[in-house]
Amino acid sequence: MLFAATYIIYSIAVTLYLVYFSSQNKQVRLIARRFLMAAGLCHLVLFVFRYIEAGHTPLTTHHDTVSFFALAVTWAFLSFRWRYQIKNFGTFVSVVIFALMTVAFFSSRIITPLPPSLQSSWLPVHASIAIIANGFLALGFCGGIMYLIQDRELKKKRFTLFYHRLPSLDALDQLNQHCLAIGFPLLTLGIVTGSLWAKQAWGSYWHWDPKETWGLITWFIYAGLLHQRLAIGWRGKRSAIMSIIGFLAVLFTLWGVNFLLPGVHTYVR
Amino acid sequence: MSVDQILVLGVNHKTAPVEVREKLAFPDIDVPLAKLGEIPGCTEFCFLSTCNRVEVIFTSATPEKTVRHIRSFLFADSSLNDEEATHYTYLYTKEDAINHLYKVAASLDSMVVGEPQILGQLKNAYRQASERKCTGTILNRLINKAFTSAKRVRTETNIGSSAVSISYAAIELAKKIFGSLKNKKVLLAGAGEMAELAAAHLMSQGCTEITIANRTLKNAVKLAKQFNGKAVGLTELISQLETADILVSSTGAQDLILHHDDVKPIMRTRRNKPLFLIDIAVPRDLDPKLNEIDNIYLYDVDDLSHVVEINKKDRKSEADKAQAIVTEEAVKFSHWLENMTLTPTITELLAKAEKLRKAEMQRTISGLELSQKEVKAIDKLTSSLMGKILHNPLIFLKDDCEAEEKKQKIDYIRKMFSLD
Repeated sequence: MLFAATYIIYSIAVTLYLVYFSSQNKQVRLIARRFLMAAGLCHLVLFVFRYIEAGHTPLTTHHDTVSFFALAVTWAFLSFRWRYQIKNFGTFVSVVIFALMTVAFFSSRIITPLPPSLQSSWLPVHASIAIIANGFLALGFCGGIMYLIQDRELKKKRFTLFYHRLPSLDALDQLNQHCLAIGFPLLTLGIVTGSLWAKQAWGSYWHWDPKETWGLITWFIYAGLLHQRLAIGWRGKRSAIMSIIGFLAVLFTLWGVNFLLPGVHTYVR
Repeated sequence: MSVDQILVLGVNHKTAPVEVREKLAFPDIDVPLAKLGEIPGCTEFCFLSTCNRVEVIFTSATPEKTVRHIRSFLFADSSLNDEEATHYTYLYTKEDAINHLYKVAASLDSMVVGEPQILGQLKNAYRQASERKCTGTILNRLINKAFTSAKRVRTETNIGSSAVSISYAAIELAKKIFGSLKNKKVLLAGAGEMAELAAAHLMSQGCTEITIANRTLKNAVKLAKQFNGKAVGLTELISQLETADILVSSTGAQDLILHHDDVKPIMRTRRNKPLFLIDIAVPRDLDPKLNEIDNIYLYDVDDLSHVVEINKKDRKSEADKAQAIVTEEAVKFSHWLENMTLTPTITELLAKAEKLRKAEMQRTISGLELSQKEVKAIDKLTSSLMGKILHNPLIFLKDDCEAEEKKQKIDYIRKMFSLD
């Protein structure tokens, strides 16, 4: 019930953001943001209810993980002070949030009991840090998409409705850097805490289980991007493409691994 | 007493080529203001000098003679004779002068219509003139109203916000790439008039460093001096490009001066910082293939015209709207000016008093049952009261004094009794 209500508020917010995108009426944006905030608060309450229902941090089912992912993106966006400089950022982000919520909507909400070996205080720490990292990386992904659109407009010199609505390339490139600066340390921390938990639960730090492997691949993509940015001044288009590829790796780690490559993390369904 | 007329005499980009305009340079504002003060018949005046215009806004009771004097003052340091000077100047009188000034303030007369600097330049010119007491009642009001109408144009139309010329289109694009142009480094290839205009625009947007690369170093040095920049030979273009953000190319070269393969390697030394290339030369200076390199954005004249074309539709109607505002404000001022003489002010003052008296009389009498005689007595009482009250203001108005003081008095009375 509460999930449906949250979902409806999100859908109103995304609709309003799309209306704002086409009309550029500032009043609409204000209302859209309020709805997104309301959805975010509602979602937090929902999370607490799921916690009570499950008896442990509700990040063990596919539904809960994706739902929390959407929550992380929402609050990453709402707490991100650079968003003010990025015109129409909200529209892109709200579409991603809504897409995640829709996936959560269609996946099973049954809570499977947690094996005793995994009942640890590492669960909330590892899972939440990893997913919050994903939240910021999702913002970077939106920025990357916006960058590629604006870059195309400027290169092709045929201006569509995006040209005036998107911010400058410089602003989008800075966004990329800020998202990376927050997302990457969190991602690193997520992997480290995961490995400590693995040691506690299964006795060794690393298992080369597909999820771990893909997490590491994702980490390397972002580490590479960060390195190239700092060392040889990669910017603009390449950084934008890399942050999109990085986020696709994040999504594959989240879903592809679960459905295509079974391993110890498969309980997260 | 003959009435002062408002006149505008000047030279701008429409009437005189840059060779003529550059001869009328007045670096120190005190000199022209002092000189103008000595011209007989030049009652109130204000002196405006920008890179595209030099004009004197003044009032005079003997326009023909004063105009001749001012013109010979303006062209004193040039080698032009009287006839040539007349050819290059424009002269507006009365309503046309008011209209012209309002258009200048609203940036409708600018080389780049809607560019915002002119208002500040006019404000500055006015401040300097009024501090030295060169302006009086008429020009004070005229110029202040010009500011008001310019503000209206700014707020009620979009004339300033859409890209209204190629230069502005280039700046709008640059802002989409760099966000802000603050502290960006500009490189000019070619030192012609186009380069100068582009440089002026970019500097006005906050670009700080400017380098001019030209085949003849002498011309580059001259332009560099104007913008506090650096001059280099055209052979240094590529090495200069390593640190520049924006390149404006406008050389007269017959072939391309910058090739794809010249620039590709320097993107690494530039740490991939975006580079905005503007090619306003015909035939083109820059290799069209440069646009294929990542983080390089190349626009030639046709591309920029295309951008301008998109904004043109808006611009036309915005300029019409702005023109309507300017005309409306100019008419308002003309009305005020017409009434700024003694006779209409006295007539209006008396008429207003009489109207008030009649109305009050009517109100009082209708509530009472009075005889003919009593009504007459009240009528007499109120008229003489009115007369007594207005006696001193009328004496004050009619009192013989300097023309300027007279205008001020009229202005006071008009304000005091709210006749406008």
